[in-house]
Amino acid sequence: MGLGRIIGTMLGRSIDPQKRREKKSFQESLEKNVWGFIVMIAIVVSIGGIVEIVPLFYLDSTIEKLSKDEDSIRPYTALELEGRDVYIREGCYLCHSQMIRPFRDEMERYGHYSLAAESKYDHPFQWGSKRTGPDLARVGGKYSNEWQVQHLRAPRSLVPESVMPDYAFLEGYMLDGVLTEKKMRALSMVGVPYSDADFAGAAAGVEGKTEMDALVAYLQVLGTMVKFEEGKDYRE
Amino acid sequence: MVENTSENSNYNMAIVKAFAVCAVVYFLVGALVGDLIAWQLSFPALNISEYLSFGRLRPLHTNAVIFAFGGCTLMATAFYVVQRTCAVPLWSSKMAWFTFWGWNLIIVSAVISFPMGWTSGKEYAELEWPIDIAIAVVWLSYMFNFIMTIANRKVSHIYVANWFFLGMMIMITYLHVVNSLAIPVTMTKSYSLFSGVQDAMIQWWWGHNAVGFFLTAGFLGIMYYFIPKQANLPIFSYRLSVLHFWALMFGYVWLGAHHLQYTALPDWAGSLGAAVSIAMIIPSWGGAVNGLMTLSGAWHKLRDDYVLRFLVVSLAFYAMSTFEGPVMSLKTVNALSHYTDWTIGHVHSGALGWVVMVSVGAIYHLLTRLWKTEIYSVGLVNTHFWIHTIGTVIYICAMWVSGIMQGLMWRATDDYGNLAYTFAESVVAMHPYYVLRSVGGLLVLIGAGIMLYNVIMTIRTAGQPKAAAVQA
Repeated sequence: MGLGRIIGTMLGRSIDPQKRREKKSFQESLEKNVWGFIVMIAIVVSIGGIVEIVPLFYLDSTIEKLSKDEDSIRPYTALELEGRDVYIREGCYLCHSQMIRPFRDEMERYGHYSLAAESKYDHPFQWGSKRTGPDLARVGGKYSNEWQVQHLRAPRSLVPESVMPDYAFLEGYMLDGVLTEKKMRALSMVGVPYSDADFAGAAAGVEGKTEMDALVAYLQVLGTMVKFEEGKDYRE
Repeated sequence: MVENTSENSNYNMAIVKAFAVCAVVYFLVGALVGDLIAWQLSFPALNISEYLSFGRLRPLHTNAVIFAFGGCTLMATAFYVVQRTCAVPLWSSKMAWFTFWGWNLIIVSAVISFPMGWTSGKEYAELEWPIDIAIAVVWLSYMFNFIMTIANRKVSHIYVANWFFLGMMIMITYLHVVNSLAIPVTMTKSYSLFSGVQDAMIQWWWGHNAVGFFLTAGFLGIMYYFIPKQANLPIFSYRLSVLHFWALMFGYVWLGAHHLQYTALPDWAGSLGAAVSIAMIIPSWGGAVNGLMTLSGAWHKLRDDYVLRFLVVSLAFYAMSTFEGPVMSLKTVNALSHYTDWTIGHVHSGALGWVVMVSVGAIYHLLTRLWKTEIYSVGLVNTHFWIHTIGTVIYICAMWVSGIMQGLMWRATDDYGNLAYTFAESVVAMHPYYVLRSVGGLLVLIGAGIMLYNVIMTIRTAGQPKAAAVQA
């Protein structure tokens, strides 16, 4: 049986030429053949995703090219990585974005617009979709560690208008270095360039630290890895 | 419409009953968690414990309403519609019960997972990898049973409602499998296979199609069976249903990119998403018009048909939010609306107005037919209708005002070109609207409670001789 005939049969076309001449629309033949209908739906719903997603993996322009001076983007340290996992666990991304758009007001409020390169090691991405609280893409270095700890413990003690929950409990949880190393190894499997030295130092990096220390370390590194050149346009 | 009207005693209606009752219960649970987190945003002191803080409960709310309530509704209605329109019993009752217990087990595991903080951190797909695998298996059992029942059918054509169910099942399989790909670390922790910009695009391809297929195509399947059935009239236009079905299948898939306009996603992708989004008004309204025009000449039925009232109002909300969506995807509007409460309002006009209304209508319709009885109280149904409608309108309006206000306050500058407001000032300005939204949500929650009571009483009194339906 030829391929044409197999497809024809799947789509419900009759092999008998006499019957085929009795005009039947393609739609009608689908409605009488569930397998043909399924194949057709599967094809039609695939197109949009293929066109929009697949090129992002191979087009060079997807992630900005940075010069050596600009680019100090690196994988998170053991402590920062643990902090990022606390950030994800507590659902911080549900109220805080990490994606500054190239508008005057956003750049004035939050800093330079975000680059795709800045989240290339983020599994999963943390761009967020809602700003119940402010954007955090460049919060690193904006406040002192002490401020961050106090703000996480009791947000309204520093910002009376805040609606953020208290996260004082983070100080009660110690980090587990064995788990940190496992996490780093998993991330290296999906392309984050951790070295053997990183795996070896993972446990020491979080030794004696609490989840609060980790979260603050993570917040303090956000948006600080690119040294932007004044006036340069990073997006085409 | 193509249907075998004589009741076939071989039909498996027990599974439909079970899913329908679960849907009503999960609606109450989902609305309860939703309203709780709405109050938490109004009064942050309500974040009483690490396990019950906003960030952990919000995924519980979204998953409960979408996958527990929405999922059980889709499973109840799809299993009902496919048997009646194909004139054959379900292909496998055993497999249907596997789907039922599997789906409920997944829901229970979600109720434990989220307060514990076990999350993959991808919106609307937060469940961790072991549960993701279970979802895939149970979902495939649902789809396979549905397809095999159609393959067994005794009528020649596949009815239009089944096209939509089928489209939904196929696309959700794609989306769930690709978006959930991850490398496990422990049983409760994994990292997405993708990172940064690619992860963002895949996430919103999933995110918007959870809306487009799970919450739209599937519920259009409900619309295409229950509206003509309840009104006892044929669908307005077969040709329109063919056109808008294929346009919807093709078009919805592209929309995810409009969630990422002006972000680090390349501009071509976001613009493509926006362009198709605008074109989507046509297939969306095609469905709404087809449903509403089915009633042409029979509008008087709305006066005393409580089921039809839910179904028709759901289409009005559907038409409204599928107009609002494309508008919000326009770049100039999106620049203002993105990151604000307007998005939340838009989602809820679709969810509370369209999805819940059409589901509630379908479930009330099922109730009287499955248990072969009159509804316990028509008065309570009417109360539910009005309390839900008013709650929804309050919710949406509050979010429109707060969302647009947020957007305007963030970008406002004074005479010297400096930012006019601090972020904290915009948070304070939201407070009255957050309270209002919580009140709207409370009304919806009360409605859900009334419905559950009415459903329980209808089932309990089924089979008892009734003089007339109790008037509340």
